[in-house]
Amino acid sequence: MKKTLQNIIKQIVCIFLSLIVIAPFYMVVINSFKTKGEAARMSLRLPTEWVFDNYIQVIEKGKLLRGFSNSLLYAVVATVIAILGCAMAAYIISRRKTKFNQFVYYFILCGLFVPINYVTLAAVLKGFGLADTRLGMIIAFTSSMIPFCTFTIRNFMVSIPVELDEAGVIDGAGPVSLFFSIIIPLLKPILVTAFILEFMAVWSDFMTPLYLSSKSATWPMNLAVYNFFGKNQQYWNYVFADIVLTCLPVIIVYLLGQRYIVSGMTSGAVKE
Amino acid sequence: MNKKKIYPQWFLILPLALYIVFFLLPSIMGILYSFTDWNVRSKGELNFIGLKNYIEIFTSNKNYTEGILNTLKFTVVSNIVKLIPALLLAIMLQEGLKGRNWYRTIFYLPSVLPFLIIGLTFTSILNYNNGLLNTVLDALHLDFMKQKWLSDLNVVWKSIYGVDAWRGIGYCMTIFLAGLNSIPKSYYEAASIDGANFFHKLKYITLPMLSGAITINLVFGLTYGLKVFDIIYVLTNGGPGHETEVITTYSYQLYANGYYGMSTALNTILFAITTVIGVCVVRYMSKQEVQQ
Repeated sequence: MKKTLQNIIKQIVCIFLSLIVIAPFYMVVINSFKTKGEAARMSLRLPTEWVFDNYIQVIEKGKLLRGFSNSLLYAVVATVIAILGCAMAAYIISRRKTKFNQFVYYFILCGLFVPINYVTLAAVLKGFGLADTRLGMIIAFTSSMIPFCTFTIRNFMVSIPVELDEAGVIDGAGPVSLFFSIIIPLLKPILVTAFILEFMAVWSDFMTPLYLSSKSATWPMNLAVYNFFGKNQQYWNYVFADIVLTCLPVIIVYLLGQRYIVSGMTSGAVKE
Repeated sequence: MNKKKIYPQWFLILPLALYIVFFLLPSIMGILYSFTDWNVRSKGELNFIGLKNYIEIFTSNKNYTEGILNTLKFTVVSNIVKLIPALLLAIMLQEGLKGRNWYRTIFYLPSVLPFLIIGLTFTSILNYNNGLLNTVLDALHLDFMKQKWLSDLNVVWKSIYGVDAWRGIGYCMTIFLAGLNSIPKSYYEAASIDGANFFHKLKYITLPMLSGAITINLVFGLTYGLKVFDIIYVLTNGGPGHETEVITTYSYQLYANGYYGMSTALNTILFAITTVIGVCVVRYMSKQEVQQ
């Protein structure tokens, strides 16, 4: 009896909290289909007239397609480079435990805590002639991921037995083919996790483009939306449509990759 | 086995080079440039001005010190506001509640959204005249609770903590849940036989066994809190007045206005704070590794 009462109370709490989480989503989606006047009232009522034109308007006026392709480019390229590079580094760090490599590992780990100095990073990129270019943005994103990727991949690498490397060497594999044909397939779970987490991180990153890209041609979706909002604050219908379009990709990635996200975030949270 | 041959050192080059040139170098330059008058008009000619930027930060009437204190306050309060409810939620979901996988998915959802989007959405929800929150309070006849959520000096921080909790509780909860799942059920059964109540179990089994999850949550929470920018920039932009300025918002303002030297000086202060905390944490982690 006591148990069922407890369960009912828990269900009520959980349903209440779920409503608090979902209500903003619902409000944004429903208002993105309203006319300007109706959306400004921000109510939870269904639109009296469904205006699908809002989406076409923001995609054209807000230059969202360019923002979308920039975001996709940054997220995919930067993440792939960082993950491959860090996997190679993590491999060496965990296999050749020299003093130097240990130092390199903790040296890179410090980057997990230290904030990036964007003001001087912008100056460094300018020095390389990469200011306000897509390549510059990719490099900035890639380097900001290195501490996290090295950390998580190295933690996973420790669990892969060294005997596998030795067997590979006896079969005549060189270091490069050993790494790519034996180690990489074994690392797949953590690589997928790191890819998903970093993909979403780049997609959401607002500060990096805010400091580093002043030309609208290099804006990712985030910044395009922010600047569009600055110009169209009264048009909440457009803003809401913008919000929906920016959220969709990450929500889809989240729902597909949920399993990997949780396992990656929590590696280390569990005592063995 | 020849380790040098199987594990070539050049595998390290790409990430290490990128890290040094585009992460470390800017940090060191930041420290050096914070002692100069670097600004938008200085064309390659920088003058060394000693500690002037720092003196300006700590003595000027522009409330920079307030911003530094606000950063620390945000770090502490936002973590307390998130971690305690997250732990309780995790414990609640852990004990085989019907539909718990659904709840997990829903509670985690906000933490995958871009901060900018969360900020814009809540700018609308917290709008005084027709935002969702005040409308709901009206409908429930709770008018007396209505507030100018983002423009009242006494309320604005609470609004920020609230939005931050909306975003972050599910994230912390997920980490706690993973920790809880690793605790053997038999411990609790044994404790029940010995007559332990909920609080005994929490104190003597759950919390000690969760130390890994707590560490991870604290590390993520501390670094997040100290570097917080997006959510405050979009929600209040440091306002009303300078009530909700933090180090990063001041630093961005100075950068945008062309005072690069001052901006890097503020960044350097943040750098110093995080380095001290980071070094402590890395030391702690490397010690734990030795023990394993």
